[in-house]
Amino acid sequence: MKNRSAHWAAALLILCGLLACVGIISLCIGAADIPLAKLFSALVQGGDTIERTILWDVRLPRILLGIAVGGALSLAGVILQGLFRNPLVEPYTMGISGGAALGVCLAIILRLGKIFGVWSLPAAGSIGAAAAIFAVYFLSIGKGGLNIRNLLLIGIMISFICSALITLIMAISKVEDLHGIIFWAMGSLEQPNQLLVRIALIVSVVALGVAYFFCLELNALLLGEEEAFHLGVNTETAKRLLFILAAIMTGLSVAVAGIIGFVGLVVPHFMRLFVGGDHRILLPAAWLCGGVFMVACDTLARTVISPTELPVGVVTGLLGGIIFIYVLCRRPEGKIRCSI
Amino acid sequence: MLDISNLTCGYDSGFAIRDINLRVPAGEIIGIIGPNGSGKTTLLRAITRTLKPSGGVIRLEGQDIRRMKIRDLARKIAVVSQSAESGFMTVEEFVLLGRTPYYDRFRFLETKHDLQIARDAMASTDALRLKDQIMSRISGGERQLALIARALAQEPNLLLLDEPTTYLDITHQVGILDLIRRLNINFALTVVMVLHDLNLAGEYCHHLALFNKGVMHKFGLPEEVLDYRIIEDVYKTVVIVEKNPISRKPYVMAVSEAAKEAHRRQKMD
Repeated sequence: MKNRSAHWAAALLILCGLLACVGIISLCIGAADIPLAKLFSALVQGGDTIERTILWDVRLPRILLGIAVGGALSLAGVILQGLFRNPLVEPYTMGISGGAALGVCLAIILRLGKIFGVWSLPAAGSIGAAAAIFAVYFLSIGKGGLNIRNLLLIGIMISFICSALITLIMAISKVEDLHGIIFWAMGSLEQPNQLLVRIALIVSVVALGVAYFFCLELNALLLGEEEAFHLGVNTETAKRLLFILAAIMTGLSVAVAGIIGFVGLVVPHFMRLFVGGDHRILLPAAWLCGGVFMVACDTLARTVISPTELPVGVVTGLLGGIIFIYVLCRRPEGKIRCSI
Repeated sequence: MLDISNLTCGYDSGFAIRDINLRVPAGEIIGIIGPNGSGKTTLLRAITRTLKPSGGVIRLEGQDIRRMKIRDLARKIAVVSQSAESGFMTVEEFVLLGRTPYYDRFRFLETKHDLQIARDAMASTDALRLKDQIMSRISGGERQLALIARALAQEPNLLLLDEPTTYLDITHQVGILDLIRRLNINFALTVVMVLHDLNLAGEYCHHLALFNKGVMHKFGLPEEVLDYRIIEDVYKTVVIVEKNPISRKPYVMAVSEAAKEAHRRQKMD
């Protein structure tokens, strides 16, 4: 067991190191390359150099947003997969992204941007996500409390309804609106509003802290709800709080960065392969790894065929999927360590 | 120890156990028997508070269990049920989950004390040799040992078991029940277990409670409850009850249709 603590500390250190590396690389490369040697001086030097502006106003916020969104989505994925004991659940199967996307579509075709400015899309996304969350949540509260299986099915149905409505909106909307909708739906870490970036990062870190208080409950829930109850876990409270926490994190991510799929699905599985299913290490490890993965994908997305920028969702999907299948096939059992 | 009075408790589907009165003295092994769907597991679920009773009170050491915190209840009652999913964790990790009710809000790692208790629990159930094995790769009998070790790690006063011998061969059935008997004696652990096998129930339990259609049909010593008239009445099956020549406990034998027929013909001749 002492061994295990050392193992956990090493895993966290490695992930922190990776995050630092990816962050530095992401700061250095781009449309204007800044060599590593010049990076530090360009960051701290006063004055109004172009490098300084690029680093502080363009690249750093993007990295921070990547960490916030990647961490939040991965954490939400770990929590939902633990809660449902289902390896295929991810934040976006819960209807949350569908609701957010619907909100944003409405905001775009109703031209709310002209009235409310830059805040209109994130606000519409949050409201849409919140509406979906409430619908899913209250529809699946049965007589005996929150019914996990209903929650999943209703979440998927809300997703379908939202995507049908989005298709309807797109079919009857104008060409210039269409472009906005599609671009937003593909997801991007480009967020000109610095305040929003800061809010996202703070919420993401706080959510990790709050979720950590439930790591033992999540561990017990691995055995099933009734078993967890026998172990003294107040399962109703834990389920509700964890679901709301996951929903807030997903809604926030969707609102600030659009729909970036796959992170919430693949990172939790990936981390389970490396650090195991114990949530005391899995939660922080998945948060960090989500940040690493997101920043790396975003760096690729904006440099591969620069100056054109790829949608980051394309990179997360391709890269994540391929790495995941590769790791899976190399494992002797070829099995997902899904039930943890 | 456990005092159940006028308990009525059921499901939305309409099935309920009605008006159950049962006193479990400290240090005893009580067997709950009865046909499928007679309400045995429902009773266990009421004791663990998984089901909310619509009437009556369950008292544990004088305290109404509905007034206790779930965590405090988990320190007193441990449950071994067949529903636990365990998946990809080692036996030791699984047993350590039994310490869950003892964590403080701000403590996330187990202490030496927790590790020692888990180890002792595994040692007394002969599961220590399995500690680094993966739960999903051990046999049914070994899994049962791990489940009991996890329950012991909760340091309970009352151990509830739901059909602990199902799916096991006779060696493992006897092994598990001998273990439960040992724990009962060594740790003064009170045990309530649901059993399907009437003979094992008669052999190992101090008292038996026979359930039928949601009510407690009979409570008493094994030789009182395992009477052929009572068993035939409740199970609607012809049985013969003899005495086990060594333990002097009642032994219930089923009789097949063909044997009955042959017997009748023999008599007529």
